[in-house]
Amino acid sequence: MTEPAVTPRIRMRTHDLTVDYGNGRGVRDVSLAFEDRKVNALIGPSGCGKTTFLRALNRMHDLTRGVKVTGQALLDGDDIYAAGVDPVTVRRRIGMVFQKPTPFPTMSIFDNVVAGQRLVGQRDRRKLAETAERSLRQAALWDEVADRLRSPASCLSGGQQQRLSIARALAVDPDVLLMDEPTSSLDPAATRRIEELVGQLKQDVTIIIVTHNMQQAARISDVTSFFLDGSVIESGATDAMFTNPIDERTEQYVTGRFG
Amino acid sequence: MLGLIILASLVVLVPLLIVIWYVVSQGVSALNGDFFTKDLGGPTRAQFGQPTGMAQAIAGTFFIDLTALLMAVPVGVGAGLMLAEYKEHPLNPLLRVMNDTLNGMPAILKGLLIFTLVVRPTGTFSGFAGALALGVVMLPIIARATEGALSLVPWSIREAGLALGLPRWRVILAAVLPVARPGLVTGVLIAFARAAGEAAPLLLTSLGNNFLPRDPWNPLEYLTKAADTLPQRLYALAVSPYKQWHAMGWAAGIVLLALVIVVFFVGRLLTRKAH
Repeated sequence: MTEPAVTPRIRMRTHDLTVDYGNGRGVRDVSLAFEDRKVNALIGPSGCGKTTFLRALNRMHDLTRGVKVTGQALLDGDDIYAAGVDPVTVRRRIGMVFQKPTPFPTMSIFDNVVAGQRLVGQRDRRKLAETAERSLRQAALWDEVADRLRSPASCLSGGQQQRLSIARALAVDPDVLLMDEPTSSLDPAATRRIEELVGQLKQDVTIIIVTHNMQQAARISDVTSFFLDGSVIESGATDAMFTNPIDERTEQYVTGRFG
Repeated sequence: MLGLIILASLVVLVPLLIVIWYVVSQGVSALNGDFFTKDLGGPTRAQFGQPTGMAQAIAGTFFIDLTALLMAVPVGVGAGLMLAEYKEHPLNPLLRVMNDTLNGMPAILKGLLIFTLVVRPTGTFSGFAGALALGVVMLPIIARATEGALSLVPWSIREAGLALGLPRWRVILAAVLPVARPGLVTGVLIAFARAAGEAAPLLLTSLGNNFLPRDPWNPLEYLTKAADTLPQRLYALAVSPYKQWHAMGWAAGIVLLALVIVVFFVGRLLTRKAH
């Protein structure tokens, strides 16, 4: 099988994106490009702004008082912060998975997966069932839950709950999936499963993943961006970033000398 | 130190036990079949041993309190949603101050408010006016309880819902409120129990009525005319000059006490079951 020759397509791009918490923290003037169907890792020490940046990419800061976002974040060329853009429609195209699994506790496994579809008006039971199966298969959870879709989501293990959260995010067919340290609350076996999953998911969706774990970034990502004190220090192909970084600070970080 | 703490605990417990014991010992003699099936009528009935009871107050309490609850729950929960979920909204701090003020306002003033707004314009005391006054008593308690129950729901659940591209109100209704439900039910029942024991807001609104209506099962008979309720009847009997009525007042106290205890018990049970 030969790879089709395609020029890399930029799915998402930021121009001088700044998130101001009003206390000096936040991120400043971040300009990054994220290729379609690639895994893009954001790394850096605690407090460097990588999560803050990630949350700006689907307007998650909108709900927090006193947070100001300036600059541009373009999805397929359109600024998601432009006047008149509804954050709800932005988030339908840019999904998110969080540090801790976040199943809706009162809902069954099935209801969790189809929550996005159902709550915007999809009532067709067959379509919902199809969506649920497809998404759970994509999230590599189908075989474990197929016979108990009606059980409460809270019965699943932590790793399963995180894959359920991923299935739920995939069920609304996002173009981009943001992942905020999705394995930080999981044991090594569950972490490995999620990492394998990320590798498969990039066939369908652009992934931007924040990780604390440099080995993880090296294992799963195609492109890595290194954040420090609210700015991007360096960004490039993951291989190069870990073997031959340009900036001295990047080298110090990836070799474990700080952070 | 522990001794002092135990002493303080007893000081809390003792008045409750004394109240229960005293109310029961004074009123139990008046509790009989007639008490629940006959209306009160005039004082001569009790004095001459004719059948007399509290059916009109029990039925009135049932219909008026239920009407108050039905009106106060949607509004109170709505205000609680504003307090807990829309913290950035300019109305939020104003609502918080007003709600706490309303909660602290003496109940008699709430009765006076409804007297001015409803009783005078309509020209009649009515159970509905009483229900409105009790609803005003319940409102701030329900709003605060709703806020408390919603605040216990982790913020991450809201973010997870929003990240699916759902509007905020959808997330709240579908994902947040169901998690908060046990706390919400408890709050509503506490508000109900609190209002069910109030006599003051009813004195100027539903007034009181010694007789059962012609059709005792029709709620409108209570809501459109002056109607009886247990706490206000208890007060009326207590200040009356008739010895037999005093005993019936104590018995009304027993029924009221039982009602409140049952409501609390059911509330606890529902909460525990949901967990």
